[in-house]
Amino acid sequence: MKILVCISHVPDTTSKINFTDGDTKFDTNGVQFVINPNDEFGLTRAMWFKEKQGASVDVVNVGGTETEPTLRKALAIGADTAIRVNTPATDGYSVAKELAKVVKDGNYDLVIAGRESIDYNGGMVPGMLAAMIDANYVANCISLEVDGTSAKAVREIDGGKESVSTSLPLVIGGQKGLVEESDLRIPNMRGIMMARKKPLNVVEAADANAETSVKSFEKPAPKGDVKLIDADNVEELVNLLHNEAKVI
Amino acid sequence: MSVLVYTESEKGKFKKASFEVASYAKAIAEQMGTTVTAITVNADDTSALGEYGVEKVLNVKDSGLDKFNAKTYAAAIQQAAEKEGAKVVVVSSSANARYLAPILAVGLDAGYVSNVVEKPSNTSPFTVKHSVFTNKAFANTEINTDVKIVGLSNNAFGLVENSASATAEDFTPSLPESGVNVESVDKATDKVSIADAEIVVSGGRGLKGPENWGLIEELAEVLGAATACSKPVSDLGWRPHSEHVGQTGKPVASNLYIAIGISGAIQHLAGINSSKVKVVINTDPEAPFFKAADYGIVGDAFEVVPKLTEKLKEFKAQNA
Ligand SMILES: Cc1cc2nc3c(=O)[nH]c(=O)nc-3n(C[C@H](O)[C@H](O)[C@H](O)COP(=O)(O)OP(=O)(O)OC[C@H]3O[C@@H](n4cnc5c(N)ncnc54)[C@H](O)[C@@H]3O)c2cc1C
Ligand SMILES: Nc1ncnc2c1ncn2[C@@H]1O[C@H](COP(=O)(O)O)[C@@H](O)[C@H]1O
Repeated sequence: MKILVCISHVPDTTSKINFTDGDTKFDTNGVQFVINPNDEFGLTRAMWFKEKQGASVDVVNVGGTETEPTLRKALAIGADTAIRVNTPATDGYSVAKELAKVVKDGNYDLVIAGRESIDYNGGMVPGMLAAMIDANYVANCISLEVDGTSAKAVREIDGGKESVSTSLPLVIGGQKGLVEESDLRIPNMRGIMMARKKPLNVVEAADANAETSVKSFEKPAPKGDVKLIDADNVEELVNLLHNEAKVI
Repeated sequence: MSVLVYTESEKGKFKKASFEVASYAKAIAEQMGTTVTAITVNADDTSALGEYGVEKVLNVKDSGLDKFNAKTYAAAIQQAAEKEGAKVVVVSSSANARYLAPILAVGLDAGYVSNVVEKPSNTSPFTVKHSVFTNKAFANTEINTDVKIVGLSNNAFGLVENSASATAEDFTPSLPESGVNVESVDKATDKVSIADAEIVVSGGRGLKGPENWGLIEELAEVLGAATACSKPVSDLGWRPHSEHVGQTGKPVASNLYIAIGISGAIQHLAGINSSKVKVVINTDPEAPFFKAADYGIVGDAFEVVPKLTEKLKEFKAQNA
């Protein structure tokens, strides 16, 4: 089985979010970038397939040179080859279009992407990709088993979960549950050394046009101070929630 | 030309989010000087949609669609959009709507923006505001394609009554092979889901162990609320993963979010920040959650929560 894991390069979850150039650009100053958490769960599941079922695992990112350390980290975790499609990621559609070309050229059977990337939270790249290459697609995937060309997956739905059967070629939008937090791997020294020797192939972009473009950013309005209520007077909280906040 | 809205139903009944997306579609239709058409799948009675501004309903009735399938549902919506010449398609932020929207976007060659929080600031160029960086910021984004898809964030727009009378007609799309077959669905029918809830009661590590979750459940029950938890609580196995909220868990956009024994780490707050009113109960007055909350009680959850549940019961009894 040939697996492709799509890796989005995102600010670490503790990052302070600021903008520059008149609020038109994300300020990367002092921001630490990481593998998108949803993709890290997917990559770890891919390593399981590699080790237990003999799959090959490539990782791909659509982005500029600045994303290479993130791809190297994925190699250090155990991926075989990294691919960087050399173009800035402008919107979900154009990224999906680039990925579709990579999947076709590489004849991948299984594409593991994340439920959403924690920067733009689009939640759209894997679904668009699946539609473009006419593959099956499972969103919010919390469990995946593959046997030959058939697959069984579990999808999280509002208020529960759903078990589905499907077949390869398959794209999933994965998240925690695919593997547990405790299964995630921190690259060790050997992994890091080996990653330096593994191929990181830069491919030129097929010219996919973006369909949407961000014009400006804004931050939420600053919040007023918290209203403190005495622990011996919880009735006051009930009153405030009813009369002032009007939420009960 | 019209605005098409996908109004979801479950076992034939509309969800509240369906009326919200209908209200929102009506607001866009007014901006653009057109009308709203809704598409429904196996809904029993569609007359209520008129109360939220829908003028025409396309009813798809097909027992093959009893179980949700993203690809076939997307195909049905795509054909409805083509038939109506819709320039804008509105969907909700339910798990199912998010599943089908990207497929629909490719089918319609339409630009899609999710997590939209307001009506478009402009319809030409079509510009929407949506939350990004897990609620730490908003982006104003232009959609440049002829047809646009807008995914509305839950509880962002609210319900707007707008009585029209909806005419209904049957609609029979041609459906593709699905490729993904549902084998079984495991869903608690007696509980409110976090996505649909107006109130969410959430517990953190401050509750000390799973045996104390009765506190959270009783409070949630009086409020008709969904229960949630912080990440360590689900990592420790005290609660199921499906209750984990925050940046790497489920997003919460309820009207009221009550955090009990949760410190308010940045990753937790990111996921719940779009809730309208936030209450924190925590022993530590320095807990970061107090900076994010609207109301706070510095106190021991084991004393405060039972009292609060009691007072809410009295309140409910009086206001029933
Ligand atoms: C990559 C990454 C992603 C993450 N994603 C998420 C996420 O999506 N969601 C999430 O929640 N976290 C997330 N976290 C974890 C986050 O950083 C915090 O560790 C976590 O939110 C803390 O959970 P907590 O508040 O329940 O526990 P703690 O931080 O241990 O806080 C417990 C609180 O309970 C209070 N307390 C103790 N006893 C009582 C009592 N008797 N009554 C009342 N209060 C009491 C304490 O004062 C304290 O404030 C993430 C972390 C990382 C690194
Ligand atoms: N620039 C990118 N390069 C590679 N994969 C991406 C990129 N952007 C998004 N993805 C994948 O698509 C998933 C969903 O992203 P999004 O639709 O942007 O929320 C991510 O978890 C990644 O797996």
